[in-house]
Amino acid sequence: MIRTEKADLLSSIARERILVKDGPYGTAIQGYRLDEAAFRAGRDFAQDQKGNNDLLNLTRPDVVGEICNSYIDAGADILATNTFNANAISQADYGLQDMAREINTAAARITRACADAANAKQPGKPRFVVGALGPTNKTLSVSPNVNDPGFRAVTFDEVKGIYREQIDGLLDGGVDFILIETVFDTLNAKAAIVAADEAGEARNEEIPVMVSMTLTDLAGRNLSGQTVEAFWHSVRHARPLTMGLNCSFGATELHPYVSALNPQVDGLVCVYPNAGLPNELGAYDEPPEMTAKLVRGWAENGWLNIVGGCCGTTPAHIKAVAEAVKGLKPRQWHALPPALRLSGMEAASFM
Amino acid sequence: MTERTATFINIGERTNVTGSAKFKKLILEGDYASALDVARQQVESGAQVIDVNMDEGLLDAEQAMETFLKLIASEPDIAKVPIMIDSSRWSVIEAGLKCVAGKPIVNSISMKEGVEPFIAQAKKVRRYGAAVVVMAFDEKGQADTLQRKVEICERAYGILTEQVGFPAEDIIFDPNIFAIATGIEEHSNYGVDFIEATREIKQRCPHVKISGGVSNLSFSFRGNETVRKAMHSVFLYHAIQAGMDMGIVNAGQLEVYDEIPAELREACEDAILNRRSDATERLLDLAPKYKGKGDAADTTQDAEWRSWSVEKRLEHALVKGIDQFVVADTEEARQQLPKPIEVIEGPLMAGMNVVGDLFGAGKMFLPQVVKSARVMKKAVAHLLPYIEAEKTETSKPKGKIVMATVKGDVHDIGKNIVGVVLQCNNFEVIDLGVMVPFQEILKSANDNKADMIGLSGLITPSLDEMVTVAEEMTRQNFQVPLLIGGATTSKVHTALRIAPKYQGTTVHVLDASRAVGVCTALTSESGAQAREFAQKVAREYEQIRVERAGGGKEKLVTLQQARANSLKLDWSDYTPPRPAATGTRVFAEYPLHELVERIDWTPFFRAWELAGNYPEILEDKVVGESARKLYADARKMLDRIVREKWLTAKGVVAFWPCRREGDDVVLFQDETFSKEVSRLYFLRQQVAKRAPRANMCLADFISPRADWIGGFAVTAGHGIEQHLARFKADHDDYSDIMLKALADRLAEAFAERLHERVRKTIWGYAPDEALANDELIREKYRGIRPAPGYPACPDHSQKPELFRLLNAGQNAGMTLTESFAMIPISAVSGYYFAHPQAEYFGVARIGRDQVEDYARRRGIPIEQAEKYLRANIGY
Repeated sequence: MIRTEKADLLSSIARERILVKDGPYGTAIQGYRLDEAAFRAGRDFAQDQKGNNDLLNLTRPDVVGEICNSYIDAGADILATNTFNANAISQADYGLQDMAREINTAAARITRACADAANAKQPGKPRFVVGALGPTNKTLSVSPNVNDPGFRAVTFDEVKGIYREQIDGLLDGGVDFILIETVFDTLNAKAAIVAADEAGEARNEEIPVMVSMTLTDLAGRNLSGQTVEAFWHSVRHARPLTMGLNCSFGATELHPYVSALNPQVDGLVCVYPNAGLPNELGAYDEPPEMTAKLVRGWAENGWLNIVGGCCGTTPAHIKAVAEAVKGLKPRQWHALPPALRLSGMEAASFM
Repeated sequence: MTERTATFINIGERTNVTGSAKFKKLILEGDYASALDVARQQVESGAQVIDVNMDEGLLDAEQAMETFLKLIASEPDIAKVPIMIDSSRWSVIEAGLKCVAGKPIVNSISMKEGVEPFIAQAKKVRRYGAAVVVMAFDEKGQADTLQRKVEICERAYGILTEQVGFPAEDIIFDPNIFAIATGIEEHSNYGVDFIEATREIKQRCPHVKISGGVSNLSFSFRGNETVRKAMHSVFLYHAIQAGMDMGIVNAGQLEVYDEIPAELREACEDAILNRRSDATERLLDLAPKYKGKGDAADTTQDAEWRSWSVEKRLEHALVKGIDQFVVADTEEARQQLPKPIEVIEGPLMAGMNVVGDLFGAGKMFLPQVVKSARVMKKAVAHLLPYIEAEKTETSKPKGKIVMATVKGDVHDIGKNIVGVVLQCNNFEVIDLGVMVPFQEILKSANDNKADMIGLSGLITPSLDEMVTVAEEMTRQNFQVPLLIGGATTSKVHTALRIAPKYQGTTVHVLDASRAVGVCTALTSESGAQAREFAQKVAREYEQIRVERAGGGKEKLVTLQQARANSLKLDWSDYTPPRPAATGTRVFAEYPLHELVERIDWTPFFRAWELAGNYPEILEDKVVGESARKLYADARKMLDRIVREKWLTAKGVVAFWPCRREGDDVVLFQDETFSKEVSRLYFLRQQVAKRAPRANMCLADFISPRADWIGGFAVTAGHGIEQHLARFKADHDDYSDIMLKALADRLAEAFAERLHERVRKTIWGYAPDEALANDELIREKYRGIRPAPGYPACPDHSQKPELFRLLNAGQNAGMTLTESFAMIPISAVSGYYFAHPQAEYFGVARIGRDQVEDYARRRGIPIEQAEKYLRANIGY
């Protein structure tokens, strides 16, 4: 099945029942308390690698696969690769900028294998593999230097380039779609969209993308200052397979913005919140039942096609969420009337 | 989240070097700050999209486009609207597309060079996610007649929608507006051609929009703004009726159609609609009559307000926080009004009400309000002698509140902010200062017939002191509401521990912005409203108590179980690093300039109740502007602090050989481990943990055989008092709060810097560490420096022993209050742990068994231990 057919399959299932996306790798990996030696697993690196979760795709595929399977067991339909920071910009912090493509291919293969094994066991419930692109630690819209607001630490073409490398690696490893997630700077996401588009052109196929924005303040804006609606206008040209929100805050705080998505998005909506807000020590302590209860409220409002978990959620959360939305009707939508939909930091629509 | 819709879309054209000489000059001179002001003014005047054009021979247009668009991205009041990237060169357009986060409009592409490049460019526009303006232009040239305009647009529409997959609603056609009334016969029908083409194209190409550069039309009347404005308005009036959707129009330069003098309007209409053969002549004849009229300069807002009425000037000064003219203006108002008090009751209070309303509505932020208060105080200070002389009664305030930082605590930034905000809202504030014993608070409340009492505190022992005040209030039969605020206070603590001790109403006030609402409700003239509010709070707190009582808490394990699940580090192949410099090291005057660059600014903004992380907060949509101003003021004061040596930073560091015994760490005189000099008592987490998480205790990071531990105490607060006194005398709360907040930041930066030097050289276990400041702030280094009174070792009462070991009094001039607050304020103290796996954690709730164990270990009564550990007691 080619990727656009997979996308059609996903769309048709997501119109019948609410699908479940997996939870994060970061939280799960922390639980393993791996030390430097465990991260290296005998391989030689010039710099310390402890904390480089993406490297584990190469050095500890067992850990990555185990986490993936724990989400499958929890009931996840959509499985993301462990590649949030597997881009050359982020990997440069560990001196591994040259290994980005290799890491992505490895990550995609692990998730693909887990998904295929589960599909073989339970053919009636197809699992989809999505290649995750994180936001990188550099911003295209915001200057890192307050005294020089026109300065940028990186160019659009550089960001496009590192995403292209990541996408090529992920596609080689067999992912179904590309997930551009935790978008705090919309321009970074646009660079990723161009990269996916160009990667597809080079392979002579269309690469379905999923886009997920993150809000950085309770006023409902991302770091580049956009509202949810303005962001949607900025990425809608990519005809995303799903549009949604992740990370940001917990489901409680995210509520008004999930609500805002509903009338705007003429496609699937996918939301995966954190397990509440971090406590004063930076840990997440919202129990699975609480997350599940909040998410169920959204589903009952008819706001969801796909739901999962982000920071602080565990397989237990995903399981609780999956059970909470079981049997509820997924979100329906209408085509939007034709209008010139533009945006700055705010949306502007002209009928 | 409402969609903005409009029938006609105004596009700002002043940020276009080909259309504005002023903007061109600014860009050529590289004055981008003023160029941004031009953009901002466009948006303020109603432009819904701003057109940016840098096509000028003397410019590197790509570079200029990039620079300007990147700068706009950090100006929320400009960047809120979409951008139109305007250039005749594709390379400039593409450079612009790479700088815009929103969905912009590209202006323009055309079939001028043929169909192939047109398709290629359209595909890219789509890939970057923009709408596009298509000029009615093909290989043969620009379309001038109705027929050519329609023909070219229809052809382009077919190519874009069928071959490129461009959404029709993202296509905007520009069928070319040319100059009319030029005296050349062929030009006479250009207005009509455009209007009719608009009608036709809208019909043949569903969902597209029509745009045009309106100012071209009146090109022959350059220099006569009145006629040009009239022509533009008349043209738009007719073109919009035909279906024109948007235009490049100077939003501030349009006349209202109905307000154009009738004869001028008719002459314009004749020319535009080509209704008479002599239309051009008639318009030309009429033009001189209107020349020079209504060509008013653009906004000269900055100085203009000085010409307003004195009431308006005072209001403006208060809202904007400008104190430059306030004394003169106040004096002027005093001379105009019968009594000096009426200046306060009249214009000044009216101005402060505006400030209060804006603050309440979230349109002003705390630093601005504090600045407003500074202006107010200056005005009042000017009036006071006159009021005294007249001996009139002062106006009746809304209510009177006695405020204090409780005994044992010296922190008052938050309390001062609340005081200022309440004063702004016409409350009388009696501020008793810091370290105020309850006797004094209650006496003052009685003597002044206060309507409310406000308690503040930052350190955890202050929570206990607040309970004491509450008990005393009940004993002395107080009835007035008790307000609780400060960093460690919380609604839960207030509901659980303080409210039950007081017979009257107890309310926790989260921050200054809530203080006004709470105080207003509690002192409302209708007693019923105050009662209703009090009952609502009481019910809410009762609910909290019920919830807390009914579980909902994580289970605690026994101390024995917790110890069994301790973090078991492998000591077999670990060699504790020996400090390069053992013993005590004193820093008598640490260079301040070295600390300035290490400041973690995020908590600084939090102290001012501006939410967000630095540096992102400076660009925040909501508070960014306030944050930038505050930051600029802070940097200015920091410069003076350093240059004029307002503050002296002192500190001390020491290391001791040690080893772990149970949850204690025993310190020895020397490495023979024969003479014990002290013992540090740490606490262990008792909340049930899921494997593999351990029940942590700081002692676990120390080897049971032979190890090292460090201690430190630093302050940046020496010398602060004389400056605070100066600000008080000057009624300058803003500077007072600013200096305290900065001293706090310098002390934290000092602690951070010293820790770095400890890691690299003084202890020296990480000589090669190389981290940037933000990484330091994120604590990416090896080793920790937990402070007594904070989550990992929450007992403040361990500070005296640390101070004794460090001889902090002599070595750094630091002492402790009875509640273990450090003096001078702006101080940090703590322990150094060097183990690579040492990390911060919170002890959180502990059980009675650990409290008993702790009391036994320290040799203190259990009640005493319970008092020290109250914030952590989980039973």
